[in-house]
Amino acid sequence: MTSENRLQRDLAEYSLRLGDDRLVLGHRLSEWCGHAPVLEEELALGNFALDLLDQASLLLESAGRLEGRGRSADDLAFFRDVTEFRNLLLVEQPNGDFAFTIARQYLFDAFDLHLSVALEASGDRPLASFAVRAAKEAAYHLRHSREWLLRLGGGTDESRRRMQAALGELWIFTGELFETDDLVRRLVEARVVFDPEALRGPWREEVLGTFAEAGLEAPKDPAWMQRGGRDGRHGEALGRMLSDMQSVARAFPGARW
Amino acid sequence: MSESAARDADWPLWEVFVQEEGGAAHVHAGSIHAPDREMALQNARDVYARRGRAASLWVVESSAITATTPADRAPFFEPAFDKIYRHPQFYKVPRGVRGL
Repeated sequence: MTSENRLQRDLAEYSLRLGDDRLVLGHRLSEWCGHAPVLEEELALGNFALDLLDQASLLLESAGRLEGRGRSADDLAFFRDVTEFRNLLLVEQPNGDFAFTIARQYLFDAFDLHLSVALEASGDRPLASFAVRAAKEAAYHLRHSREWLLRLGGGTDESRRRMQAALGELWIFTGELFETDDLVRRLVEARVVFDPEALRGPWREEVLGTFAEAGLEAPKDPAWMQRGGRDGRHGEALGRMLSDMQSVARAFPGARW
Repeated sequence: MSESAARDADWPLWEVFVQEEGGAAHVHAGSIHAPDREMALQNARDVYARRGRAASLWVVESSAITATTPADRAPFFEPAFDKIYRHPQFYKVPRGVRGL
């Protein structure tokens, strides 16, 4: 394989990873439709879902193009099975209560903002221009999820208890955010992406600072962190989510709307 | 959303004003519920600025607004109707001047 082919294939896989993060989290947020605690928050979560789904469609489209097998963004979203998904385990966690959804969103948004800002300097121009846009959206998402985290942490005993429990449950999925593998190492070498390990410090500073401000305890680092999303090893909840998300496209293949 | 309707009542009402471009007036867009200023600004953004153009947002608690009542209508506004000399419509407005 020529090195150029290799780079293209790596970029396709990397775009799939970022695209799947956004597709899965966007779909999770859309599940709040009709269930949010208040109308205003319903629209906010719906807006974020649409931001993320739009980002996903850009990334999956370019993954399909780079892959060169003629698959469209819709093909990738609706006709891959669960083991072919490359998203982080964090984003596939079911919504739970509102505190859980906000905790999941905040942990991701803080990561997403740092990642997007770093990718603005990517040597791959389409990825860099994607990142410029993603960073703006991430900055707003983070502002929203952070303010909610502060309010739930500093709210009633009940809201603080729920937020603390959510963080405790989700913390084990945060190690994967900064994982490096051979593919990432090759892309770092090609100056397309940056070592995700470098994002860990700024991310920790952001989230631990917010926990302290909210009067929440920092979750304890477990002896090991869950991983496997990038290799297609997912929790069973993702399969259920996909069977719902993909049902219409699979019942009516090729349908247009 | 009956349960949420009860919870909505805990949050004050805010009026939202949207400026579409720099220099234009902030125009009343509608109202939202929010627990405090920051969330009012965010809710206003998510409800009223998600589709249209917006350059700036104002939110103000509805209780801070003092308004006329329907009963004020005659004494407040009607005297202006029949005094044509109060309307500066006799001037030519230069072409190109908009937003007057």
